[in-house]
Amino acid sequence: MVDNIFTGTAFYKAVGEHKLMGTRCKACGEIHLPPRPICPKCLSGDVAWVEFGGKGKLTAFTVIYIAPTAMIAAGYGRNNPYIAGIVQLEEGPSVSAQILGLDATKPESIAIGAPLTASFVERGEGEAKKTFLAFNA
Amino acid sequence: MTLTNTIRKFGRGVAVVGAGMSKFGAFPGKNSRDLFVEAYQEMLASVDKGFDPRDIEALFIGNYSSDLFENQGHTAPIMADWVGLAPRPAVRIEDACASGGAALRQGLMAVASGLYDIVLVGGIEKMTDLPTERVTDTLATAADMVYEIPAGFTFPGFYAAMATAYMAQYGAPTDVFLQVGYKNHESGALNDKAQFGQRIADIMEARKKSAAKKGQPIPTWANEMEFLHDNRANPMIAWPMRLYDCSPISDGAAAVLLVSEEIANRFTDASLHVIGAGQASDGALHDRATLTAIPSAKKAAQDAYAMAGVKPADIGVVEVHDCFTIAEIVASEDLGFFAPGEGWKAAEDGVTARGGARPINTSGGLKSKGHPVGASGVGQVIEIWKQLRGQAGARQLDGNPSLGLTHNVGGTGQTCVVHIFERR
Ligand SMILES: [Zn+2]
Repeated sequence: MVDNIFTGTAFYKAVGEHKLMGTRCKACGEIHLPPRPICPKCLSGDVAWVEFGGKGKLTAFTVIYIAPTAMIAAGYGRNNPYIAGIVQLEEGPSVSAQILGLDATKPESIAIGAPLTASFVERGEGEAKKTFLAFNA
Repeated sequence: MTLTNTIRKFGRGVAVVGAGMSKFGAFPGKNSRDLFVEAYQEMLASVDKGFDPRDIEALFIGNYSSDLFENQGHTAPIMADWVGLAPRPAVRIEDACASGGAALRQGLMAVASGLYDIVLVGGIEKMTDLPTERVTDTLATAADMVYEIPAGFTFPGFYAAMATAYMAQYGAPTDVFLQVGYKNHESGALNDKAQFGQRIADIMEARKKSAAKKGQPIPTWANEMEFLHDNRANPMIAWPMRLYDCSPISDGAAAVLLVSEEIANRFTDASLHVIGAGQASDGALHDRATLTAIPSAKKAAQDAYAMAGVKPADIGVVEVHDCFTIAEIVASEDLGFFAPGEGWKAAEDGVTARGGARPINTSGGLKSKGHPVGASGVGQVIEIWKQLRGQAGARQLDGNPSLGLTHNVGGTGQTCVVHIFERR
């Protein structure tokens, strides 16, 4: 009987507590974010939780004008574009996240390599309230 | 990751002996089965020596999401039934925008295994019934809904992010993306199946006429690049990708007939033999060692070239998955036509134009021809079929090419399928 605890639900529960949690492979030392039950480097299933410091740098980004419905509901769109990006953490792995604190109206001024810090955004009301991972300049 | 580099071969040779497609575009009142019938009938008519459709033994249908796009699941048997081919087995193959290429691969393997001698491979998608936001949401499900989409990414956004990484690493200007779109419209204007069969100049002229007719101020673009820089004519979708950097929302279908090599001359004296095939998979975009190449494309191409025993320089006709203009540039490098970081210069210098040394997407590509996602991978084969048989009309390449390649990407490269064809 295997009870996989390294799930998306567990990851977002930690995000809800403003913690960025991944896994470390006990066989080869590889660090994974998000958490993974099986190490993709050595295929070991012997992994443990590890908390990330939340510091990283921007490796790719875009300013989104045609938004998905979830972001439209959050007030974004043609007249209020937002930045989505990929952030490489100091520990090595990268994640996708909304990027805050940079000027979406001046994408030419945004530098690849810009230092960023994890932050946590609450969206929705009542039962639908959820915490999202973001990064701030 | 250890993966043996054994060169894989099909159990027996497989040939394409017929190919057809519907027009790609927006067709209110036609669903995917209606479009499939059009592709199927053109495919039947394309078989040089004629063909009894009752000889088809199985169907492999590429389709991304009839469920979300047209509220219809279980589409493969419907296609079989609608052309009168039930009770033959029909299976739907889904690998996002690479569904068509993946269906082709499954059909190939079914014939190569010896299980069947004659199979039909189809690709279908009906996208335009939904409003744009819901199409955007549906396409987004091809990414990781748990770990990528909550960041606010859209598909144009993912490719735009690849573009920013590419620009930072190689110094490419944003104008080169517009040039790729311009080029693909030039070719698409010569393709009667293209959704936007118009050159950018034609589109500008039509806009001016329409403004004059409505009594509005007539736009004063001096040339195509001015039009493409105009935020009203060519709005930003996901910086730096503008509207004319993005393939459209499309309806369409395509179909090809595969037979075992031994019986190919029963149907035609100019068949396309599938001499190389590769498919690879990958995780989320953020998890990759590089954002300026698509690793699954490199792997799929490597396997296809190895099976075929040919080099990139040997290929005469190339259809790549230009879902966004940056994708065509990255593909031209992943397939080995240009060194990493050189693809944008080739695009800028016109090397990849129809008259260039390495023409890419003579059909107009997904940008101009249209991108009914599940049909696109099969639609690419139709261009190879026409070019290698000298039937591409005004866009026919010189030099009587004998080798063609298709490159079909799913998502941001979670899947890539590459095939190499030889006319014999
Ligand atoms: Zn490991």
